[in-house]
Amino acid sequence: MRLINRHPDRPNRLFLVLLPFALLLFAYFMGSAQRLADNPNDKLLPSATQMVAAVDRLAFSEDKRSGKYLFWQDTSASLKRLGMGLGIAAVVGLCLGIAAGSLPLFGAPLSPLLTVLSMVPPLAILPILFISFGLGELSKVMLIVIGITPVLARDLEQRAREIPPELLIKAQTLGASTWTLILRVVLPHIMPRLLIALRLVLGSAWLFLIAAEAIASTDGLGYRIFLVRRYMAMDVILPYVAWITLLAWLMDLSLRQLARLCFPWYEGAKA
Amino acid sequence: MSDKTSSAFIQVNNVWQQYGDQVVLERLNLSIAEGEFCTLVGASGCGKSTFLRLLLGQERASRGKILLAGEPLAAEPDSSRGVVFQRYSVFPHLSVLDNVAIGLELPRSPLLGRLFGRAKREARDQAAQMLSKVGLGHALDKYPAQLSGGMQQRLAIAQALIMQPRVLLLDEPFGALDPGIRKDMHALLLDLWRETRLTVFMVTHDLSEGFSLGTRLLVFDKVRVDPHAPNAFGARITYDIPLNSDRRASRAAVEALPPHITGNLQPAV
Repeated sequence: MRLINRHPDRPNRLFLVLLPFALLLFAYFMGSAQRLADNPNDKLLPSATQMVAAVDRLAFSEDKRSGKYLFWQDTSASLKRLGMGLGIAAVVGLCLGIAAGSLPLFGAPLSPLLTVLSMVPPLAILPILFISFGLGELSKVMLIVIGITPVLARDLEQRAREIPPELLIKAQTLGASTWTLILRVVLPHIMPRLLIALRLVLGSAWLFLIAAEAIASTDGLGYRIFLVRRYMAMDVILPYVAWITLLAWLMDLSLRQLARLCFPWYEGAKA
Repeated sequence: MSDKTSSAFIQVNNVWQQYGDQVVLERLNLSIAEGEFCTLVGASGCGKSTFLRLLLGQERASRGKILLAGEPLAAEPDSSRGVVFQRYSVFPHLSVLDNVAIGLELPRSPLLGRLFGRAKREARDQAAQMLSKVGLGHALDKYPAQLSGGMQQRLAIAQALIMQPRVLLLDEPFGALDPGIRKDMHALLLDLWRETRLTVFMVTHDLSEGFSLGTRLLVFDKVRVDPHAPNAFGARITYDIPLNSDRRASRAAVEALPPHITGNLQPAV
């Protein structure tokens, strides 16, 4: 049988899904054990017990200086920034995308502007943000907003343009004004797409968050990673990276479930 | 002639439509009485759909005028003219019931485009009545993607008729349907046409459909062709054939009957 026609059955699929993860972990812990056997003070590839100890120290015991649980404080600070950034970017991107994509008079000036703005590398203007918004929360949230809004807006503009013109005409023959047409036809068509677009920009949003935290912050997951880098504390960095990955994956998953729950017609309509 | 033009429901005066150098329609003159069922036939690309778009207000004629009941036609689509396209006629994000009810909600709620409470229930009841009339009473909660092609077009027709438009425009509405289903749809459409005082324009590729449904058949064709400039001349209406005079007469007779006899033949809604 040709390779292209061979499909894994259910138990095999599960095995194939888990296999690369298991291999990665295996390779890591083999390497770690090897290095620690050669040099018990090696910091580069900490063992599982070392990482568990580090997590226990940061997540489940009070910090001696501040009396806080650093791990959870970092997590909540980062998630707050990320949530605000994503929320603001989603609302602004949605408005810009709908205006540019469904109203030709707004699209004419907005569309080229968005194209140019989305080419500005957000990290290059990070100093400008720090200068103009200070080193507080605002500049970190703004970096996320500025980084992903143009991408969201351009994607949603494109989706708004892809709505079949027949539907827009039909809505007008059913008595819709521009406003109610946007509210009842364009917006529901764009919303599931917004959730998909958010899933796609999640990676960039985390990138901008960690970059901002690394440069100017006193808490946050990115701040902690860059702080302990000085001590080569891989036993902290690796669990933090795994935690960030888990959080991002969970956000992706929940956005997907949300889309499925709120817009059951969407998958069907694509067929 | 002038007397007749002033009484016509739809009056097309010397209409041309061209895009750049390409002339699509030239010198169209028509007068259509209210309640006429016009079928538009002709080769592909000869301007039937363009003419329909002009009637819909989706496009404006390059030259000439179209009058609806003596008034110039509104230059954008509105609720006086219903439309059914071959595809994308219904909203995929609304249930069958809401697809029809939205036509009652949109004009009454300029701010939110939706009704609440009792007004919403009434709109939905009215929509459900219309849907059972087109044979979709059992599928109110489904999404359009769950319907067959024929059922989607039934839905699109119900959606257009809930607005009680004076003109119904159909752009190859049954072009993608199986022959058997198409026959059912013809019967449905004729029933609805008999019940209402609708003026129907229907573009079709199927000549027999055009002959069997219409009370008037309009054939679009290019009269002049310049082989060196194929776009220089547009199509005109080359044949204008009155059809099915019995049906036209019977419709007039039904309208004359007292309402208790016509019973379920009351105009929609």
